[in-house]
Amino acid sequence: MTRRQRRATFIGLGVGILSVAVLLVLFALRDSVVGFHLPKDIVTKEVPEGRRIRLGGLVAAGSVKREGLTVEFGITDTAATIPARYTGVLPDLFREGQGVVTEGKLDTNGRFIADTVLAKHDENYMPPEVARALKEQGMWQHTGPKEGSPSPRATPTSSPAPRALGEGRGEGQPHAPTSVPAAAPRPNPLPASGESGFGSPPQ
Amino acid sequence: MIVEIGHFALVLALAVALVQAVLPAWGAQTRDVRLMQVAEPAAFAQLGLIALAFAALTYAFVTSDFSVQNVWANSHSDKPLIYRISGVWGNHEGSMVLWVLILALFGAAVAFYGTNLPDSLRANVLAVQAGISVAFLAFIVFASNAFTRIPLQPEGRGLNPMLQDPALAFHPPFLYAGYVGLSVAFAFAVAALIEGRTDAAWARWVRPWTLAAWVCLTLGIAMGSWWAYYELGWGGWWFWDPVENASFMPWLAATALLHSALVMEKREALKVWTILLAILAFSLSLIGTFLVRSGVLTSVHAFAVDPRRGIFILAILVILIGGALALYAWRAPRLKQGQLFAPISREGALVLNNVLLTVACATIFIGTLYPLALESLTGEKISVGPPYFNATFGPLMVPLLLALPLGPFLAWKRGDLLGAMQRLMVVAAVALMALLASLALYWRGPWLAPFGIAMGAWVVAGAVAEWAARIKLLAVPAADSLRRARGLPRSAYGTLLAHTGLGISVIGIVATTAWQSETVLALKPGGRGEVAGYTFLFHGVTAGQGPNYTEQIGHLTATRAGAPVAELTPSKRLFDTPRQTTTEAGIHAAWGGDLYVVLGDALPDGAFVVRAYFHPLVRLIWLGTVVMALGGALSLLDRRLRVGAPRRSARRQAVAAPTPAE
Repeated sequence: MTRRQRRATFIGLGVGILSVAVLLVLFALRDSVVGFHLPKDIVTKEVPEGRRIRLGGLVAAGSVKREGLTVEFGITDTAATIPARYTGVLPDLFREGQGVVTEGKLDTNGRFIADTVLAKHDENYMPPEVARALKEQGMWQHTGPKEGSPSPRATPTSSPAPRALGEGRGEGQPHAPTSVPAAAPRPNPLPASGESGFGSPPQ
Repeated sequence: MIVEIGHFALVLALAVALVQAVLPAWGAQTRDVRLMQVAEPAAFAQLGLIALAFAALTYAFVTSDFSVQNVWANSHSDKPLIYRISGVWGNHEGSMVLWVLILALFGAAVAFYGTNLPDSLRANVLAVQAGISVAFLAFIVFASNAFTRIPLQPEGRGLNPMLQDPALAFHPPFLYAGYVGLSVAFAFAVAALIEGRTDAAWARWVRPWTLAAWVCLTLGIAMGSWWAYYELGWGGWWFWDPVENASFMPWLAATALLHSALVMEKREALKVWTILLAILAFSLSLIGTFLVRSGVLTSVHAFAVDPRRGIFILAILVILIGGALALYAWRAPRLKQGQLFAPISREGALVLNNVLLTVACATIFIGTLYPLALESLTGEKISVGPPYFNATFGPLMVPLLLALPLGPFLAWKRGDLLGAMQRLMVVAAVALMALLASLALYWRGPWLAPFGIAMGAWVVAGAVAEWAARIKLLAVPAADSLRRARGLPRSAYGTLLAHTGLGISVIGIVATTAWQSETVLALKPGGRGEVAGYTFLFHGVTAGQGPNYTEQIGHLTATRAGAPVAELTPSKRLFDTPRQTTTEAGIHAAWGGDLYVVLGDALPDGAFVVRAYFHPLVRLIWLGTVVMALGGALSLLDRRLRVGAPRRSARRQAVAAPTPAE
């Protein structure tokens, strides 16, 4: 084999593997990317049924109905409410008025069949997408240091005294305009998906 | 006072690092030995100062000094001592101090062990190390101060309960040692580019450092995965979460680097590529640090909220990575080309390894950063989850694993593929048996899974076969083989263990992924459930009290075919500060598989949601990684690889140094 042929072999090998990888990436990106939506998007934008999406919002007050392992609840961004259904173990902090992100598909009746419910292990958790979307709609209620939870339910996690000092420095990075320690994503140096600390895995 | 001393020491360290970054490099350019000699004492001084700062911060945490903002925000006096200590790096500012401490540790180690390096190379390497140090010390001092005082608070806000865990206490130091250890390879690469010269000796110096970093990174990732498995309570061990990917990408690059440096050391080939890999591996570590530390993962939006830090780290990234790559583009063409070799050869196999590992790394990179790029460009929010990574990373690993046992059987320069295949007949037979056995055991599962198991067996058996061939097992009398086995260098055993470990992990990964079973039930006390042939009886829930939490403990008895197997006590803990719940899974660990039970919510009718899993062979995943790390550590002890070993070539270098090698 001449020098040139050898070089051509290696270049061919590299290009071959690279193009296989590019194809894999393109196909995978087309099929397995999940978009995030709010309930109002579903009403207005006509998210196609049968497509996997993430739906985020607040668990509508008075909407949670349990029947054995199956839970039915409404997800609201106050502009619209979408009924959702989930079977399995809910995250520890799933409750009415709490921010939630679910993943699943719309069924033909416009009901959202979630197979995953994500929620942080934190009482004031507000999914950043929801916080931002609510803010964009002017739904964000400034309630002092408790901005993490737009619902009136305040939780006595941090004493008021340190508020002035908080300034978003102590914790990781606040997703919300201020630095609610409890609402901010956990400041962990970490590793594992613990970082995202999300609740139930797919069924 | 002690805290202020720590702060002051850190500022001094910044000054020392500045000196160390400038003078030795200047000295190397002007051939001024006195200037070059500044590097070593400066490296030791830096280590001393940063260690002092770290000790001061640790002291503040241990004594619960709530007049320090960082301590107040991340600690609590009720916490057990070990978590008060691990709280030092359980937060943003403290973890950056740990980062620079490890960086200084590696810098001082290079100064200490590098006495046989050519003067100018050592000066340049230490200067580059110090340059990295300057960037991160400046970041801490100007944008992320861990020593800020506040009016004394009565009590701290506590460490996130999920971090109060032994595996997690030690996970960040290992991970950081891995990330930062790659800085040495980076510094060597940049120094080689500055000098315009690399050779086999260079690869021999770089390899032990890369290996040390790789071992730490392997253990760090394994610990994180192990923690996620038992602490998060969703029964998974890897989630393709961006934070995990951030640590996995440097690992893949470092693995590729280890193999390409081998080619460079043995054959003086792949020089330019090895230098690029060394730069990329550390760049990925920096990007990993950036991803986790800047908050872009939470949302691109969050990044803009506290721009000072994010922009600062981004600037560090651009300067270090961009600078190194620009230097590479400028100088690499001048490096002498290495030797050529036939495609079918040991070198060829290692090139395949490198191409596959880097391409796999690139697909992960795209999957991790694409959502961030899309959001910052268009505002559209998407998530790229496990399906993407499984569909891209998986197929790329198949040829890698298939080719792995072949490589060591190919000769350097020009190999005999057919001969290698013939020598692997026994290995193929073992793989085939594994295939048939798993088909027989799990004929109902996914059809691909038995092939995955066979692939793991192929890798393990291939590694053992290579060792057997080297000691001529069965070909010569047993005593002869034994003597040969004793005579093999440690690095041969390192390879054996590392490849075996990989195969073991593959088997564990495939088995758990394909054949895990799961059931979710609402159980009242006295209720029964079943998973994978195990029956479990739910006795009820009792209350418990820990040092800083209260818990609900579920009690279950697991039986199999009537015989008791284990008592399981999954629990839910509610921590006092911060008020958070964590899930403690009840796990019955066994080699055949783990029985894994999680206690869920209480239902209105007095029942509890109970989720039970059976994870077959899941232990093999971590066993394999530990074996891999052991292999790396064993290689590190090899005489030939020892940092001080290449004495002779070093002297030759030193003599040759004044004349440019072009």
